[in-house]
Amino acid sequence: MSGTDGASTATAGAGAVDRLRAELREGDAGLIALVMAGIYVLFTVFAILGPSQGVGGVVAVLQRVTFWTALYAMLVLALNLHWGYAGLFNIGVAGFMAVGVYTFAAITAPTGGNPPGLGLPLWIGVVGGMLAAAVAGAVVSLPALRLRADYLAIVTVAFSEIVRLSLLSTTFQQFTLFANVPFLPEVPLGSGAGRGINIPINPTIPVKSLFYTNPTNPASGGRTALGEAVISAFGAAGVRETVVVSLAYTAVLLAFVALFYWLLRRIGNSPFGRVLKAIREDELVANSLGKDTRLFKVKVFMVGCALMGLGGILWETQKGFTDPTSTTFLPIQTFYIFIALMIGGAGSNTGSVLGGALFASLLFLGPQQVAAVFTKYFVGGDAPSTFAGALGPVGSLDFGPLFAYTVQNVPSLRFVLVGVVLIVLMQRRPTGLLGHRKEVAASVDLADRGGRPGGEAARPAADGGGLDDGGEPTGERDDGSSGGEGDE
Amino acid sequence: MATAERVAALRLEVAERPKTALFGLFLVGLGVDLLLKVFGVEVAVGSVKLLGGTLAASRLVTLVWDGVVVGLGIGLAGIGLSMTYSILSFANFAHGDYITTGAFAGWAVAWVVAGLGAGVLDGNFLYLATVGFGPEGPSAADLSVNAVGNPLAVVGGLVVAVVVTVAVSLVLDRLVFRPMRDQSGIAVLIASIGVALALRYLIVFVFGASNRGLTAGGPKLILAGVSGKLALATERSTIILASDGGPPADAFYVELPGPAFGSYTAEILSVTSAEATLVATSLALMVALHLTLQRTKLGKAMRAMADNEDLARVTGIPTERVVRATWIIGGGLAGAAGYLMALEQGTLSYNLGWVLLLLIFAAVILGGIGSIYGAIVGGLLIGLTQSVSLVWIPSSFSTAAAFAIMILVLVIRPDGLFGGVTTA
Repeated sequence: MSGTDGASTATAGAGAVDRLRAELREGDAGLIALVMAGIYVLFTVFAILGPSQGVGGVVAVLQRVTFWTALYAMLVLALNLHWGYAGLFNIGVAGFMAVGVYTFAAITAPTGGNPPGLGLPLWIGVVGGMLAAAVAGAVVSLPALRLRADYLAIVTVAFSEIVRLSLLSTTFQQFTLFANVPFLPEVPLGSGAGRGINIPINPTIPVKSLFYTNPTNPASGGRTALGEAVISAFGAAGVRETVVVSLAYTAVLLAFVALFYWLLRRIGNSPFGRVLKAIREDELVANSLGKDTRLFKVKVFMVGCALMGLGGILWETQKGFTDPTSTTFLPIQTFYIFIALMIGGAGSNTGSVLGGALFASLLFLGPQQVAAVFTKYFVGGDAPSTFAGALGPVGSLDFGPLFAYTVQNVPSLRFVLVGVVLIVLMQRRPTGLLGHRKEVAASVDLADRGGRPGGEAARPAADGGGLDDGGEPTGERDDGSSGGEGDE
Repeated sequence: MATAERVAALRLEVAERPKTALFGLFLVGLGVDLLLKVFGVEVAVGSVKLLGGTLAASRLVTLVWDGVVVGLGIGLAGIGLSMTYSILSFANFAHGDYITTGAFAGWAVAWVVAGLGAGVLDGNFLYLATVGFGPEGPSAADLSVNAVGNPLAVVGGLVVAVVVTVAVSLVLDRLVFRPMRDQSGIAVLIASIGVALALRYLIVFVFGASNRGLTAGGPKLILAGVSGKLALATERSTIILASDGGPPADAFYVELPGPAFGSYTAEILSVTSAEATLVATSLALMVALHLTLQRTKLGKAMRAMADNEDLARVTGIPTERVVRATWIIGGGLAGAAGYLMALEQGTLSYNLGWVLLLLIFAAVILGGIGSIYGAIVGGLLIGLTQSVSLVWIPSSFSTAAAFAIMILVLVIRPDGLFGGVTTA
């Protein structure tokens, strides 16, 4: 974006290092690093206090936190493209994930399997899954975008339910494509209905092939030289073999998060992205300026859906198996992703990553860690299995069973916490954590020419010269649709 | 109007709104197909079956009845959603969990009352109050909670379901929604998702996540053709006996007056007491609501506020009081709907309202969001679509069909069937 792009490689390299250092000090990378460091410290304490043992236990907990952070961050970033950039209220994320995952499964599952697939390589499956999700996005957005904004929400959520219910149906359990069509080969396929579908070729395979000679079934083959070295090195520190492999896959996920982030930043700073933001602030104005806003919306919807498909593939298929009852495909998953986006602040990519991290760690995994600590130190005996059983002894002032019951039910109580956090957030800070950031109005860094102009308190949107990321003034949108600037 | 003029007008209509015409044609096709199926006519070209087939008339009657029952429940629940949308201008995603709240509160009381009646309350109070979760205590069959077997329990439960849901919705309005009155609809919508999560999982915390059986069947009324006459009976065995000879003396059996129609002997429709309770109660509540809206000052104020809130405030309508009335009516109806739907389904789980919510949204949007009559009609249409669609598609797609119909209607008539009419 700035002048360093055209300079010689040496200067560019030095510039990049300088920029990275500046980012770490005061920019977004630093913010993310700081938050993640805080989360890691917290979970290290949990792990040490909790039932897990030694360094291995700590590493396993941190791996889990990072893993879920990465998964949520990816999907939140994809949703940010819809809601944060273009103001498209898509609450069918789970449906687009399902389309991506099932297309991937159909393409990569072995031909002789039950249900059968096409048996094609991994990368074709990934591309195919993304394409299918994008096409699904186009199909959904074409009718919905002509309607009022909140109808897109209801159409997308209905779509995601139609997808899920169709996958549950035994009608498509196993079928033959082109059964009675001349000149085309008959292709047996299937969704497996409630039984689900096996995916022996999945995104963990390339990672496993680093460690094992037979990545689809590590138990049957030996380790590679790298695998031997890494696994034994970690093993010496007390980290289990499965955790090492998961760590490697988590690293791949983090790379994808970076890729998503980079892509969104590029989109946001491109002319295309500026039109999207204009649509978000006031579609009528964007339209009057000669932009075919509907075409823009369909395009961005397709891109976002493709990313959701990719996120779904990386999320769901790493188990080597998927079925429609998986929580990944339930409508509630969409809301979790949305909540993570709201926590971070819609419109900000950094906020999206932070929202994903905070949701995954503090709301999703944290309460269970705390409960494990409580169980270890404070809860004696067995917890009653029902609320009635827990409440009964309270009459005789014995609060132990109620406490034990509460600790045991933390997995459901954490959703109460999620709900309360969301309510408080919407009441106190509807723009999320990073929603206060202002849009950079100029495409060149104004700070480069004569420093920051003074009197910034009175300048609404154009004063964000110090921040070079696509942080957006989401506050303006919440106050009404009257354009992004100067609404006092 | 002359025929030529009518044809010209129709042609103009088709040319101007081709999608509507296409959808109309599709619906007419389905109707013709249904008629042909009922009369057992099959239209085929070569070996390809085009229309018709076979469908027993009694099956169609049963499907329509099922659709009406579910549709009334959805419509009843949808009224509150539609009202909050038109008066508070946000889509309340917590509405489904208001329904669940009503169902659990009502059934907790119904079980306790039934337990009192059956004399099994001793030591089982908490078991009964958590709607029978856990191994100890009496089962649904022991309590026989249904409108005929234990009317006091059912009515008591219904009243409590309404009262508790009203209380919960008022408290939540005070805590969550009132401080957000000046915020945009989307922000309040997202807050309502938070309310939904908190409420649902508090219910899980108290009542557990398991699905439980509520009632053990209960009496039903069977309409059947017996040797060419229409008859009502309470037992299937009675009808079988009656078609072979005389009815047994100890069972309910009435031959309805009416012309004989051949030698027909079959069950046409079976109505359970739960279904009858749901239909009768929801119809009564809907009529009461209609009268409230049309005849009272409150109704007028609500309609005015739905139309134009600022204008209503300028004219001196106490808007906060209208908002409170909206929550009282909407919450109460949601609670009643949840309680009755649980009675009709015979099972209760913490997901009851959440699963229904999307169907209710479909109904409300289909009818035209904001319109109360639209919500009722939309509910009936969604219920009928879900059940009558079984004639053509596998049962696993019936809910999907309801959503598909909603999307179709949105494309053709974005404002819904009653669009533009708000709270009236």
